[in-house]
Amino acid sequence: MPAVLVAVFFVYPLGAILQRGLWQGGGFDLPLEVLVSESTLRVLWFTVWQAGLSTALTLAAGLPLAWVVARFDFPGRALVRALVLVPFVLPTVVVATAFLALLPERLERGLPAILAAHVFFNVAIVVRVVGARWSQLDPGLWDAAATLGAGPAQRLRAVTLPLLAPALAVSAALAYLFSFTSFGVILILGGPRYATLETEIYSQAARLFDLRAAAALSLLQLAAIGLILAVSSAVERRLGGSVPLLAESDVLRRPRGRERLAVGAVLGLAAAGLGLPPAALVERSLATPDGYGLRFYRALGEETAALLVTPWHAVLNSLVFALAATGIAVCAGGLAAAAIARRPAGGLDALVALPLGASAVMLGFGYLIAFDEPPLDLRSSPWLVPIAQAVIAIPFVVRIVAPALRSIDERLREAAAVLGASPARVWREVDLPLVLRAFAVAAGLAFAISIGEFGATVFLARSDWPTVPVAILRFLGRPGALNAGQAAALSVVLLLTTAAAVLAADRVRIRGAR
Amino acid sequence: MLRVEGLEVTFDGVAALAGVDLEVAGKERLALLGPSGSGKSTLLRAVAGLQPAAAGRVLLAGRDLAGVPPYRRGIGLMLQDGALFPHRDVEGNIAFGLRMAGVPRDAREHRTSELLDLVGLAGRGRRSVATLSGGERQRVALARALAPEPRLLLLDEPLGSLDGPLRERLLQDLAELFDHLRLTVVHVTHDVGEAFSIGDRVAVMREGRVVQHAAPDDLWAHPADAWTARFLGMANVLDEGARRVVVRPEAVRVTPGDAATIVAAERRGPSVLLRVRLDDGEVLEAITTALSPPRPGDRVAVEIDRAGVVELAPDP
Repeated sequence: MPAVLVAVFFVYPLGAILQRGLWQGGGFDLPLEVLVSESTLRVLWFTVWQAGLSTALTLAAGLPLAWVVARFDFPGRALVRALVLVPFVLPTVVVATAFLALLPERLERGLPAILAAHVFFNVAIVVRVVGARWSQLDPGLWDAAATLGAGPAQRLRAVTLPLLAPALAVSAALAYLFSFTSFGVILILGGPRYATLETEIYSQAARLFDLRAAAALSLLQLAAIGLILAVSSAVERRLGGSVPLLAESDVLRRPRGRERLAVGAVLGLAAAGLGLPPAALVERSLATPDGYGLRFYRALGEETAALLVTPWHAVLNSLVFALAATGIAVCAGGLAAAAIARRPAGGLDALVALPLGASAVMLGFGYLIAFDEPPLDLRSSPWLVPIAQAVIAIPFVVRIVAPALRSIDERLREAAAVLGASPARVWREVDLPLVLRAFAVAAGLAFAISIGEFGATVFLARSDWPTVPVAILRFLGRPGALNAGQAAALSVVLLLTTAAAVLAADRVRIRGAR
Repeated sequence: MLRVEGLEVTFDGVAALAGVDLEVAGKERLALLGPSGSGKSTLLRAVAGLQPAAAGRVLLAGRDLAGVPPYRRGIGLMLQDGALFPHRDVEGNIAFGLRMAGVPRDAREHRTSELLDLVGLAGRGRRSVATLSGGERQRVALARALAPEPRLLLLDEPLGSLDGPLRERLLQDLAELFDHLRLTVVHVTHDVGEAFSIGDRVAVMREGRVVQHAAPDDLWAHPADAWTARFLGMANVLDEGARRVVVRPEAVRVTPGDAATIVAAERRGPSVLLRVRLDDGEVLEAITTALSPPRPGDRVAVEIDRAGVVELAPDP
């Protein structure tokens, strides 16, 4: 079932893009006039180097925080670890709107804003991936290096960095991929001057209606993503290797002496960097021309020139679509995870992971050209939106649920069977309670991904069924304080909904049943 | 009570059990002894119904268990390191089998606290199993297996993850408990001492077969073959002409003389284990209770008490 879903709603649309890009007039025809044009090369070059710069800045910002969280025990450490993750699940449109609110007008559109938003997003990857590795390294290695005459700088260079290298490579690759395929941030903060492959596909397809050019650019994008994934997995393999790992608690200690200053500074900067954009967003949503108030929020219930329906309708649409998408993603992802956990070597693993490697904009564009004619004419159906969102969320669900299922000790099932539990009862008494938390986390993440999904939704949402991210884009595209204020207010609503979903999922605990 | 006839189990074409016959009488405690890979755990799993058999029969109280799933066999199983349910507390683990059997809550709670008393964990029912020590985990696992009053209790290396005094202590407790409850037990272990102290009878397994099945004293007095003798800890397997014999270490007496050299002397509590190299190159182990035994390098003579020489069947 999940395989069919991914095949119809992922492979088929991509096939449609390939066909549209490579065939013309009944024959194979490489769209060279698009691929090697000056403007394409300019867009490609910008995409490549902005992603590189974003990645470097993300590593620079994330490593100190990873060090603090991985090495030290301090009050509120668990809270810091949880909060660092929040930006990663925030919708791109919300982050872009937040940076619009935070930055002075001179800087609010352009390269610095783009880079800042990318760092804000991806810092969580570095902290989690590198931090997890760092916290498990045996401190005995440092002591050993010290007794062998290595000073702090040498220890960092000769011990720490080589051992962290695989984690650094993984997080750099992810940050690069996310910055490379960044869409909402570039579209909103880039202004007319900056375009990446992703925004160029969108404007060719949705604004200029040059579907062949958009398809050609999609092929370029697909090739680039393939190359990034191939390089990163090659690097990962080369750097991989077993390192003695410890349980986390063995390593944590209180900071001492000058470390206290360093830890305090890192935490203070992190709080400012991660806290200011949302704070500015909230401030902007309350700052009406005649003092602070809820006018922008009240206006969400009124008709507006920016949309065919009221903004509250958009909120309702978003909720319904996201719930439907979460349902589909959790069911399909759960089934796929169960199949993968039983037979790890199957091709299903690769198939459901596929959507990770493609961009959302490509998916939306693919739906646009694949489902607008028989046999599958779904173009006018609002349900394409949750399906696309679910396809994007499925790989994440699988990644969370499959390891949880795989980690269940087979002997627990056997023990339950011998104690009189039938196979169905074993599933209910053992499997289900043990993966319930993983399912909840997966559902929360799927919901957050779906409700904030922008790249595909912007193609597919009908103008009488807008979602919140689409509505925010419409408001931002219009002049005036009321439109800007409503964009901020809608962003706050979306931010709170996303945060609430993720935090609620995280609170699901297995009840101590008897 | 339990009868196993010609049981065969294969993994990918390799025989893990190659035709096992075994009989356990009611209230009998059988220790299933063998090195790792000898098939003893596979036999246990096949009896519990967790491992399909390629051939042969398992009968419990005269009834053929073919086609009876594990959850309808009424057999208790306790695994190495417990396999406790991490999402349930101590009581939740112990009461699991009772819940599956549909025992009402009152009776369940009564039985659970009874079992907590029995295994020495009274008052610790609400503890999370993650906070238990290794010994406590095994006690909970035992209580869990006993709670539904199984007709037959199977234990797979129940002390395998424990060591030292804790292991001794739990071994004693197990033996007392089995006496007290008069259970029918099959206890799998690779440890000779454990098998001898638990088992009324001991079945020795090797490469998927039962090579000998006897009471501990008979086993020690008449090991079936050289492999069994060595596995039980008798190192002195000799060829006397065409015969193969084993000489018990306590039958090897070391006296003053000049026919052999002491290679090692190792005190084990009240006795000392000596390794003696005869001048013809043969090495024998000897046990002495002397307070000042000979030291390595000393020249000695060796006498063998013929009562301690046992003839062996040829190795299969």
